[in-house]
Amino acid sequence: MSALTNSLGSFIKSSIGRKIIVAVTGLALVLFLAGHLTGNLLIYAGQEAFDEYAHFLHTFLHGTGVWIARLGLLVCFGAHLWFTILLTRENKAARKGYAHQATVQAPKSSLIMIWSGLTILAFVIFHLLHFTVRTDAELAKIGAESPWKMVIIGFQNPLVSLFYIIAMTLLCSHLAHGVASIFQTLGLRSNRTAGPIRIFAKAYAAVIYFGFISIPLAILFGYGSDAVK
Amino acid sequence: MSHLNLTLKVWRQDNATSEGRIETYEAKEIPTSASFLEMIDIVNERLIRDGEEPIHFDHDCREGICGMCSMTINGIPHSKERGITTCQLHMRKFKDGDTIWIEPFRANAFPVVKDLVVDRSAFDRIIAAGGYISVRTGSAPDAHAIPVPKSDADAAFDAAACIGCGACVAACKNASAMLFVSAKASHLNHLPQGEVEKDQRVLNMVRQMDAEGFGNCTNQFECEAVCPKEISAQHIAKLNRDYLAASAREAVAP
Repeated sequence: MSALTNSLGSFIKSSIGRKIIVAVTGLALVLFLAGHLTGNLLIYAGQEAFDEYAHFLHTFLHGTGVWIARLGLLVCFGAHLWFTILLTRENKAARKGYAHQATVQAPKSSLIMIWSGLTILAFVIFHLLHFTVRTDAELAKIGAESPWKMVIIGFQNPLVSLFYIIAMTLLCSHLAHGVASIFQTLGLRSNRTAGPIRIFAKAYAAVIYFGFISIPLAILFGYGSDAVK
Repeated sequence: MSHLNLTLKVWRQDNATSEGRIETYEAKEIPTSASFLEMIDIVNERLIRDGEEPIHFDHDCREGICGMCSMTINGIPHSKERGITTCQLHMRKFKDGDTIWIEPFRANAFPVVKDLVVDRSAFDRIIAAGGYISVRTGSAPDAHAIPVPKSDADAAFDAAACIGCGACVAACKNASAMLFVSAKASHLNHLPQGEVEKDQRVLNMVRQMDAEGFGNCTNQFECEAVCPKEISAQHIAKLNRDYLAASAREAVAP
């Protein structure tokens, strides 16, 4: 047992071990995004379909399903955040900068990962308070009646939609580098697959981006406004 | 033969403990046929004539093999030209009137000794931790005694081209040594001779790398872009894979 805990301990302390944890938790979050987006797009199927989907999520496994998912996501998000901050601090401490800075091929998105990530963190906190905890009493009342209506009314606030779109833009940037990095860190990338992986990561980021921002944009342009008057 | 007049911004540092600074020098009448190191030689001759301290820099073979000429030129190790060391860089790549920034390779694991000279013995300690195979010495074995598939031999040879210059560390914004370590590990791990000690090699080399204070890879691949031997970051992916497998095997069957 001590051999197992010892090697687990040195794995978590090692640079590659930490990166593998970030990659695996990142993968879980990336897959969650696909599921979340698929569910959200039901908003276009109308009030009944969306509310039924929301009801299903909350009653799945007698209501424990949603909590299992939340706990899993919390662990992944927490570990992803904790280890990336740890790694970033080590990276900053590993060298001092050049008087004349230059990069050859590092994409912009890869240089701002910690900032795009922290913006996403701020957004997730807001997003949970807004639509899950529902700190706005009026919105909570609407949400209890129809989640579909809550989303429409929520996004009719231009500031909410603007913040949402900004956060999704940074999420898209985060994914463009992050999704490709999952393959490299888990050792699944080679010279032959490097090109397809890069394209796949960008395509995935684009699908997630346009999928998510389509909702506030559609609502700002009047989608669902008749139903919530 | 045409000549260039250049302005150099050079990192000067008296010793390992002193604060460094950028100083400006005029490099006059530099022949375009000169190599970059010869250009510094010309500037140094003038500095010595004028009674000033010449710019100290590391160099040895001056033909791209030894990996000593560790310097960053305009923010990029060995300059922005691909697949060369500083000694293989020619002054014809510059224009008259250019300003050139010359700095030592930057990494806390590579402390500056003086001016552009850095101490890269951290690499030696990583090699000592696992960059070897244990075999009986004596007469050389027959070349065909152990068959090696061609693709493995090629992959091992690509990795073995590493000259340990440290450009990968210098280019990485995190001062990560992953390309170096992965090349050295990959070189032996691809071959049957290296297979026996593979797990221990990977674990020991990565642990030594971490102990030396190098940063963590963030998959930006600046390393492979500046590598004078153009070693691919796919070796890093292999190191990640091998490390994961070695850690797992260590955990279940120590």
